[in-house]
Amino acid sequence: MTLAEYRRRRGEPADADDQIAGDAHTEKHPGALEYAQIGLILGVITAIEVGVYYVGLSQTALVIALLAFSTSKFTLVVLWFMHLKFDARLFSTMFVLAFLLALSIFAVALATLGGKLV
Amino acid sequence: MSQAAATGHLETSTGLDNRKLLMWLFLSSECLFFGSLIAAYLLYRDSSVTGPYPDELFDIPFTSVSAFQLLVSSVTMVLALAAIQRGNVRAMQIWLLATALLGLLFVSGQAYEFTQFYREGLTLETNLFGTTFFVLTGFHGAHVTVGILILMSLFAVSLQGRIQKKDSLNVELAGLYWHFVDIVWIVIFTLVYLIQPGAGSN
Repeated sequence: MTLAEYRRRRGEPADADDQIAGDAHTEKHPGALEYAQIGLILGVITAIEVGVYYVGLSQTALVIALLAFSTSKFTLVVLWFMHLKFDARLFSTMFVLAFLLALSIFAVALATLGGKLV
Repeated sequence: MSQAAATGHLETSTGLDNRKLLMWLFLSSECLFFGSLIAAYLLYRDSSVTGPYPDELFDIPFTSVSAFQLLVSSVTMVLALAAIQRGNVRAMQIWLLATALLGLLFVSGQAYEFTQFYREGLTLETNLFGTTFFVLTGFHGAHVTVGILILMSLFAVSLQGRIQKKDSLNVELAGLYWHFVDIVWIVIFTLVYLIQPGAGSN
């Protein structure tokens, strides 16, 4: 059965183009102002991140600070720009599971083969 | 009512649009791909028996500007999506073009950086640092290039009037890919460039 036939059976226009992931869905997305605010925060974090690199912190403090900044930026982009904060939970579950799996592979590889972060 | 039904898509067993689900599946697999490349880099960067070494080559101010460009491109990308969701095709075209240009700037910067490293004697075969660094950042650059092609295709299609408010999912899918490329760079910038062996004051 073609897509057009399927749509005709369902009483939909056969040439109906794919609809946007809908008003009900997109209304939940933030507006341009909120996106710009998040962008500004990301820019500030990046500037601090680079600044911290030159401040001359101890190695441990530097690594902790840089990882914290990087994690904050990562989280902001994923939650707001990629809409995981607003979208269906299945998307978040899939992504978080894959990310944790990648993190496990990363940790196991470094631990067993003798790699180090610093 | 499921999201798919609410949005005019065919009913799916998940109630979600299959194209979006597929994109998230793809991005999830990409997490493993880049996770492995980053782990390989961290494992082997200190195993080189000959130079040049990372601390002799990395130009942090230059790479910071590149990182900032990619971050701004994520903002312009999401503004393109916000524009088409409001039905403003013209604004979407401008933001798409801005995103593609920022991506092009990033890739040009990467090409410049690779050239500099090559002149300093670092190639894919020089040492383990060179091999893992070029493979990791090269694959990321290739992803950015594919993203630029997707954005330019969207721009070209929109010029023909074939992207309207109802088609905003196409922009959203391109955006998901673009933001993912951005978050990969957020991780690479920190783990590869900023956190180096011996970094810090002691």
